[in-house]
Amino acid sequence: METKDPREERTMTERRDGVHKTYKLFLGGAFPRSESGRHLTVTPASKTAASAQVCRASRKDLRNAVEAAGKAFPGWAAAKAMLRGQILYRMAEMCDARRAEFVELERRFQGARKDQAERDLDHAIQVLLWHAGWADKLAQVLGSVNPVSGPWFNFSIPEPSGVVAILPPERPGLLPLLAMLAPVLVSGNTAVSLSSGRAGPSALTLAEVAATSDLPLGVWNALTGDRKELLPHFATHRGFAANFCATDDPEEVRELRTEAADHVKRERFLPASPASFWRSRKVRDLEWIRSFTEIKTAWHPIGL
Amino acid sequence: MTDSKTGYASRPPHPLAEPPESFPYAPSREDPTLAAIAKTHDLWIDGEWRKPRRGRFPTLNPATGEELSRIALAGPADVDRAVRAARRALPAWADLPGVERARRLFAVARILQERSREFAVLETLDNGKPIRESRDVDVPLAAAHFFYYAGWADKLEYALPGGRKPEPRGVCGQIIPWNFPLLMAAWKLAPALACGNTVVLKPAETSSLSALRLVEVLEQAGIPKGVVNVVTGPGEVGAALVRHEGLDKLAFTGSTEVGKTIQAALAGRPVSLTLELGGKGAHIIFEDAPLSQAVEGIVQGIFFNQGQVCCAGSRLFVQEGILDEVMDRLRSRLATLRLGDPLDKNTDLGAIHSLPQWEKIRSYLEIGKEEGAELWQAPAEIPSRGWWCPPSLFSNVTPSMRIAREEIFGPVLAILGFRTPEEALAKANDSLYGLSAGIWTDKGSKIFEMARGLRAGVVWANCYNRFDPASPFGGYKESGFGREGGLHGLLPYLRT
Repeated sequence: METKDPREERTMTERRDGVHKTYKLFLGGAFPRSESGRHLTVTPASKTAASAQVCRASRKDLRNAVEAAGKAFPGWAAAKAMLRGQILYRMAEMCDARRAEFVELERRFQGARKDQAERDLDHAIQVLLWHAGWADKLAQVLGSVNPVSGPWFNFSIPEPSGVVAILPPERPGLLPLLAMLAPVLVSGNTAVSLSSGRAGPSALTLAEVAATSDLPLGVWNALTGDRKELLPHFATHRGFAANFCATDDPEEVRELRTEAADHVKRERFLPASPASFWRSRKVRDLEWIRSFTEIKTAWHPIGL
Repeated sequence: MTDSKTGYASRPPHPLAEPPESFPYAPSREDPTLAAIAKTHDLWIDGEWRKPRRGRFPTLNPATGEELSRIALAGPADVDRAVRAARRALPAWADLPGVERARRLFAVARILQERSREFAVLETLDNGKPIRESRDVDVPLAAAHFFYYAGWADKLEYALPGGRKPEPRGVCGQIIPWNFPLLMAAWKLAPALACGNTVVLKPAETSSLSALRLVEVLEQAGIPKGVVNVVTGPGEVGAALVRHEGLDKLAFTGSTEVGKTIQAALAGRPVSLTLELGGKGAHIIFEDAPLSQAVEGIVQGIFFNQGQVCCAGSRLFVQEGILDEVMDRLRSRLATLRLGDPLDKNTDLGAIHSLPQWEKIRSYLEIGKEEGAELWQAPAEIPSRGWWCPPSLFSNVTPSMRIAREEIFGPVLAILGFRTPEEALAKANDSLYGLSAGIWTDKGSKIFEMARGLRAGVVWANCYNRFDPASPFGGYKESGFGREGGLHGLLPYLRT
């Protein structure tokens, strides 16, 4: 394959010399192919670069992912807050270690300029660090000790809602997914995400980061595939306690919200575009974390 | 003297287990004329009483079945007028200095306290609950809620972390249930008004009187016209309110079934929603619990307000070693409860709120028997008029039975056993609901472990059914989302 851009050429040489990579799903801490055997081809932004293959997850894969996330929930929810913070921090370290790969994926599949891709990665890492530090402060900032007017003591603490469905936009690839994943995981929720189209390779590379960051098996499960095909199944699955969806399509909002009512799911919607939204400070928002927590108030009498 | 099994001091039978015939309670009846109920009621819209175009319907005294008054039936045009009035009133109310909103809400609390006897009698007549409860719980708590949130009105910048500017949501539709009519109105109105929102309130059709009377208090306290509007009528009025395009926020307290239809109805619209829905509270009694207190807690948990409480402890889990003893103690305690005239200050159990609710409870009693559970009812003299249900216990219950899974909303307790704390947790959490739970044990570490594991918004340890304006209340899972009470109760009424 001939390339004009010398940087491109170097990359392709690396690819030719290395092992061709196929991206699998991330389910329960393992990397299986879709049970359906289907895959999608992700075409590069530039004709001269190599395409990639990602799995096209099926409804059954989704069910398996929700099951894995459900099983992982009690342990992750009960994990010590500082441990959750340290694991998110570890993910930031591992993202940084894979800097070249993430930047390359944004360039190849999203057509991002190298400097932009690097800035996005820096921002994504920053977002992860910001959230890592929140883990052991949430109870103090979102919780309270309440002055009961009577001989009782009580306090209110935030707890995770359960398994959260995460539907990030297609571009950029890494930054929005991380910006949606971190606020969900930090409080002890577990998650199933669906990355569609060009975002697939970045998502599964992030899954490799997660797999090497001591994130317990099943806490995050990453699917790739066709959003139109899977959205109705995300919407109707009663294993989800909440939806976290970035979209510019009012029809997607309507569908998710209508089905959410059947199980009284919590919801938060974000705009999918413009990319500048994801590159702004707005992705560090305590309210995003709060959206996927429940407040528990525990009482006890005071007396001898 | 100690119990050979537990090592604890053995407990003598409750002194009131067999009340001697020689100590009858003399009636101590509150004066119903204190409620001074008008023959008809209109709609409160834009600071005026407006006659309904669609006529009126009766509201009944559940203890007698007699008509108390005729309530206005709001139509879609009335709802529209109310929402528009709330919209017009919004800018001035939202821009009023917080301290001015505070001053008025403090006044609401004070006037309510001053008129508490009148409100208690009114509430008991319209709802059927014992005067002891409306006097000691509903009315004082309603006043306390206004007092608590009044103080927030000029301190909202301290409510949101990170220096976010507090802004009201706007026009709020608020739909409330019949089990605590005045208290639920207070829970809804106080935080909404403190944050600078305006409101269209829809009380339950069978219990509108105290909300309509509250309007007088709001007026006395100087709440400007249009800031609170009250539209009365059945579910279709609430549905018209939900459908109205002029709402920024909707808050609903009621059944999970209706809550789901509201959530679906708002799917395509940018209306913020909070739901406080049903429950099937797990009440867990460990072998090391202080049993006499636990039995009182169980009674408080399920027979408070005739069990017509969303957070009622309607599933009782008793550790197997003490199951028989708890059953015995419960039966003898329940035999002492007095069912009857809700206006009598001695009454423990009042009337079931309405005929449909009474029928629902009765159908669950039948369902429970058909499912193979064993029903025991406390001996009680059932008055000849009105709707009543004696304290009812189901034993031999399995977790899959409908009486153990579905919300009955009546004085009916399903009793199950368990062996280990892990089993209790698993059984307690095996529910679509997640509103409330109770734990009884003398061991502190066990309380924390259980409280952490229970998926419920309120966990009462060694107590049950306690409420407080500064303490958040609300559910996990299908019991809804959003909190009422405390700092967290402000959030539904501020833009986030």
